[in-house]
Amino acid sequence: MSGFFTAIVDAVSAFLGVVDPFCGPVGVFTLFASDTLLACGAAGWGDEIAFGVLVTASLAIATLPVGLLLGFFIALAKQSDEPALRRSANIYTTIFRGLPEFLTLTIVYYGLQILVQNFMAAIGFDGQIEISAFFAGMVALGAVFSAYCSEVLQSAFKAIPRGQYEAGYALGLHHGRTMQLIVLPQLIRVALPGLGNLWMALLKDTALVSVIGLPDILRQTGVAARVTKEAFAFYGLACLLFLVLAFISSIVFSNIEKWAKRSEVAR
Amino acid sequence: MSHIATLIPPQAPPAAPPKPFTAGRFFGNVFMGVWLALAVGVFMLIVNGWDPEKFAKYGPNYLSGLGVTLLLVGVSITLGGALSLPIAFARMSKNPVSSWLSAAYVYFFRGTPLLTQLFLIYYGLGSFSAELKSLGLWWFFRDAWNCALLAFTLNTAAYQAEILRGAIESVPRGQHEGAAALGLPKKVTFFKVILPQALIVALRPYGNEIILMIKGSAIVAIVTVLDLMGQTRLAFSRTFDPQTYIWAALIYLLIVELLRNLWAWLDTRLTRHLKR
Repeated sequence: MSGFFTAIVDAVSAFLGVVDPFCGPVGVFTLFASDTLLACGAAGWGDEIAFGVLVTASLAIATLPVGLLLGFFIALAKQSDEPALRRSANIYTTIFRGLPEFLTLTIVYYGLQILVQNFMAAIGFDGQIEISAFFAGMVALGAVFSAYCSEVLQSAFKAIPRGQYEAGYALGLHHGRTMQLIVLPQLIRVALPGLGNLWMALLKDTALVSVIGLPDILRQTGVAARVTKEAFAFYGLACLLFLVLAFISSIVFSNIEKWAKRSEVAR
Repeated sequence: MSHIATLIPPQAPPAAPPKPFTAGRFFGNVFMGVWLALAVGVFMLIVNGWDPEKFAKYGPNYLSGLGVTLLLVGVSITLGGALSLPIAFARMSKNPVSSWLSAAYVYFFRGTPLLTQLFLIYYGLGSFSAELKSLGLWWFFRDAWNCALLAFTLNTAAYQAEILRGAIESVPRGQHEGAAALGLPKKVTFFKVILPQALIVALRPYGNEIILMIKGSAIVAIVTVLDLMGQTRLAFSRTFDPQTYIWAALIYLLIVELLRNLWAWLDTRLTRHLKR
């Protein structure tokens, strides 16, 4: 059985090696930069930087569902009838929208470590515990993203008329089904532009995790810049890579928007 | 024949029906409890770790750091605002070259992280020290503060240009046509008809941009500028006291909340003629 899994892993990694846009057989660095500082392998920085792109993209993609789900529940809490729930949701958004992302990340990275350490010591486990930079980045960026996301979703909720809920109840759907079948599809359509902006902000905020040592685009290009003394070229490359990521996501988002509007009347 | 001799004394209203204990109420109370516990924890951390010596030593540093942050944001927002005017007008012009150039400028500065732009200017341009020296510009790029100011100004100019463009284009076409029908010249139309309406639309995004800049300015600590975040990191590295970060967080929260409320007040004040 384990041989089967290793075969799958090997096949996937071989496939990824072929379609790798940077260092694969038809990768950008392999085709155009094989004799420069950006060559792949031990000769240049191509594979390191390609790994950085992977880390940045996977951090942003891993944070997105967490932030979206949390933001959705906070938006629900903000319009609940229960004052305590509303108040606690408002405190959450005030804090995470008011703090600088860099400060949030620093506090989460070091604070979480201390908290977990104290907690483990309290239940009788004494050893060095290290929170991974990836996890800390995910928590901090997810918190910031969910705070902004709840605002976007809350204003989208306001755009959906009361009659839509009432129609759902009149059809005999209970609250959850009404939300799922009637409100959510419209909510997505209204909230998509705002969520697209938030995704762009998230993508840019991931650059901050380079400060806590995660090997993302900026960290990898920074190391290359320090070693080769070609700072302008490498930081320029970092800018270019972020632009490419932003460009790809804008294409994806315009496709999602088209998909969400497929049932709307053509205007 | 009888008449009412005594009035019925006032009765207490019926008791309110008991509120059902719903899941929302339960979670609301739990989360409020968590916030309360956190607030008490932070308060206790500050009280237990209180050290007048440290406060006397690092308190003034925090104030000077706050001054640096506010100065950096204030100057870069002002300069960026001035720079955003030509960019916004170039973006709206019919000349394809200038429109394309400013679009590329805006796309670059809005599509890349501020931290990367800062590194590109501070470390990237810093690697051309010989060329900069021969041009006589080295004194400017040698200083991290100047580089941060330049990066922030260029960055906020791109965002402000988009805000301005969006606001000007949000003014309906009929306003232009109405002014033209009254025989107003283009310049008067712009300054007396279009701009006042556009600036009201732009007010809220401008406030958000200032808040974003204050929050974004924390990253200058990475390139050794001693702003509020820089002073905090310095204080933490010398004392290893978690209080240092709490004070910074409180100060940032205070500024952002003050600014947000000021902007909400400004917004209601300036749009009171639109209320029906």
